[in-house]
Amino acid sequence: MFRFLVRRLAAIVPTLFFVSILIFGLQQLLPGDPAIAMAGEERDPNVVAYLRGKFHLDEPLPVRYGYWLKGVLHGDLGDSVRIQRPVSELIVEKLPVTIELALLAMTIAIVIGISAGIVSAVFKDTPVDYAANVFALWGLSTPNFWLGILLILLFAVKLGWLPASGYVSPFEDLRANLASMIMPAFVLGNAFAAVLMRHTRSAMLQVLSSDYVRTARAKGLDERVVVLRHALRNALTPVITLGALGLGELLSGAVLTEQVFSIPGFGKLIVDAVFNRDYLVVQGVVLFTATVYVTLNLVADIANVLVNPRMRG
Amino acid sequence: MAAAIPANGIAVPRELSPWQRALRRLVRRRGAMVGLAVVVFFVVLALFAPWISPYDPLATSWSAVRKAPGAAHYFGTDEIGRDVLARVIWGARASLMAGVISVSISLAIGVPIGLAAGYIGGWLDMLISRFTDAMLACPFLILAIALAAFLGPSLANAMIAIGIAATPIFIRLTRAQVLAVKVEDYIEAARAVGNSQLRIALRHVFPNIVAPLIVQATLAIAAAVIAEASLSFLGLGQQPPAPSWGSMLNTAKNYVDQAPWMAVWPGLSIFLLVLSFNLLGDGLRDALDPRHV
Repeated sequence: MFRFLVRRLAAIVPTLFFVSILIFGLQQLLPGDPAIAMAGEERDPNVVAYLRGKFHLDEPLPVRYGYWLKGVLHGDLGDSVRIQRPVSELIVEKLPVTIELALLAMTIAIVIGISAGIVSAVFKDTPVDYAANVFALWGLSTPNFWLGILLILLFAVKLGWLPASGYVSPFEDLRANLASMIMPAFVLGNAFAAVLMRHTRSAMLQVLSSDYVRTARAKGLDERVVVLRHALRNALTPVITLGALGLGELLSGAVLTEQVFSIPGFGKLIVDAVFNRDYLVVQGVVLFTATVYVTLNLVADIANVLVNPRMRG
Repeated sequence: MAAAIPANGIAVPRELSPWQRALRRLVRRRGAMVGLAVVVFFVVLALFAPWISPYDPLATSWSAVRKAPGAAHYFGTDEIGRDVLARVIWGARASLMAGVISVSISLAIGVPIGLAAGYIGGWLDMLISRFTDAMLACPFLILAIALAAFLGPSLANAMIAIGIAATPIFIRLTRAQVLAVKVEDYIEAARAVGNSQLRIALRHVFPNIVAPLIVQATLAIAAAVIAEASLSFLGLGQQPPAPSWGSMLNTAKNYVDQAPWMAVWPGLSIFLLVLSFNLLGDGLRDALDPRHV
């Protein structure tokens, strides 16, 4: 296990190195003088001078990259031009809201997706299976910002059951927090539920036709025990990887959901930064998301090895 | 089925090419055919928009602000009196163009790079694979938003951003397919008769990896349509007043209590187009790779 961990951690280093080159390269896409472009609409000469010094814009490109990387490795992602605060501080401040949203969405996706996948596989080629497949296609094809608007129309405008937008901290009022998060979480989790459903169905179908399940049935075990205790356990192994990577996808999907429901999270931070031309914040958010994604990938690999030691390789 | 009548008088079914067999399997899949019909419907709308559209999509009318659907405006009007149906029809152009052009960009960059990585191998493969891993580490939408932000908001830049963000999938798919194909006997035979490496890669390897690329490209168009709508919804794609389904939804969310029709039709159009490409992609996958079924 230790050797696997070392090998896996070593493989992350070049990936993160290339991620850093990619994100540093984003700056080079800015037309004209990057310092003027990054200084925002005001183009305050002090800010331009600060950015020129900060990014060593008079130095050759590799030297600039070296300085930038050194800063990043020390946790310095630069300061927001607009808000005049360190980018890392802004990310840490906004992240808990998005993590709450993503975890709620993940819970909804797991409950709906895995249950629908099991039912669909057990009742293969019946109307229940067709209905589950239609649900999956619906989930994969619906833009989540449209679903959000439709749910606001139904549950906030027509029925008045839930607030249309806004966010209440769970430490202030847990009930109000759940009321404000349930619609966004469903909207965010909808597509992922569809992905989980398809994978669970396919894994369950494979496992249900295997020899050991046939043996369990031949021993006269109750079908519910066969499905839930024998088949599901093995079918869920590939879903672990999907779950970990899905959390990364949900973090990025939150950008649109937070915009629709005016939730002051990580996604809203990047959108606001884009419109304020606060490029350091955009860069910081992309770097942070990529690092989280690579870490989740590692966690998924470790979880898979713990469940199935043959995968150590 | 066409049959040849040999000299002994017994009809022998004509051998079909793999592509003809795939086409037959595709035609038999009802979902794929429905998907294809809807895609064709939207393509016709986009191509003939100037003749089909009942109104100018940019024409405002202060006497028809937020009118509910009716005989004069089948889909109603928006916050400045523009006809929603006209904007939905013209919006199909932006969505289809974004879907097709951005996937073409991904294919144009991803396939040659993946082919080189898989066929040449060695340090080049290692370098390309690590860079692909790095791009895949940035979630698709976040990377597209960042690229569009740095390039500047416009439909063209959104298409470039989506195309670049979707490229690593094609690099990885092409590389994997090339690695599987290049060990086949017919490639060895092509090498043995003295074909150049470039000729083997282009004439023998490439034609045998086209099928999975077609499937992936169809599914990628669906993802690109949603991505364009998402970028336009955020204000990074098609710029107002030009019609786009995403930007129409962005405006509609502010009037959802007074004019819900403003949100229903553009959203339904995105849903139908994406669903159709997904159905067609699933059908193509089943038709081109029978083992998948």
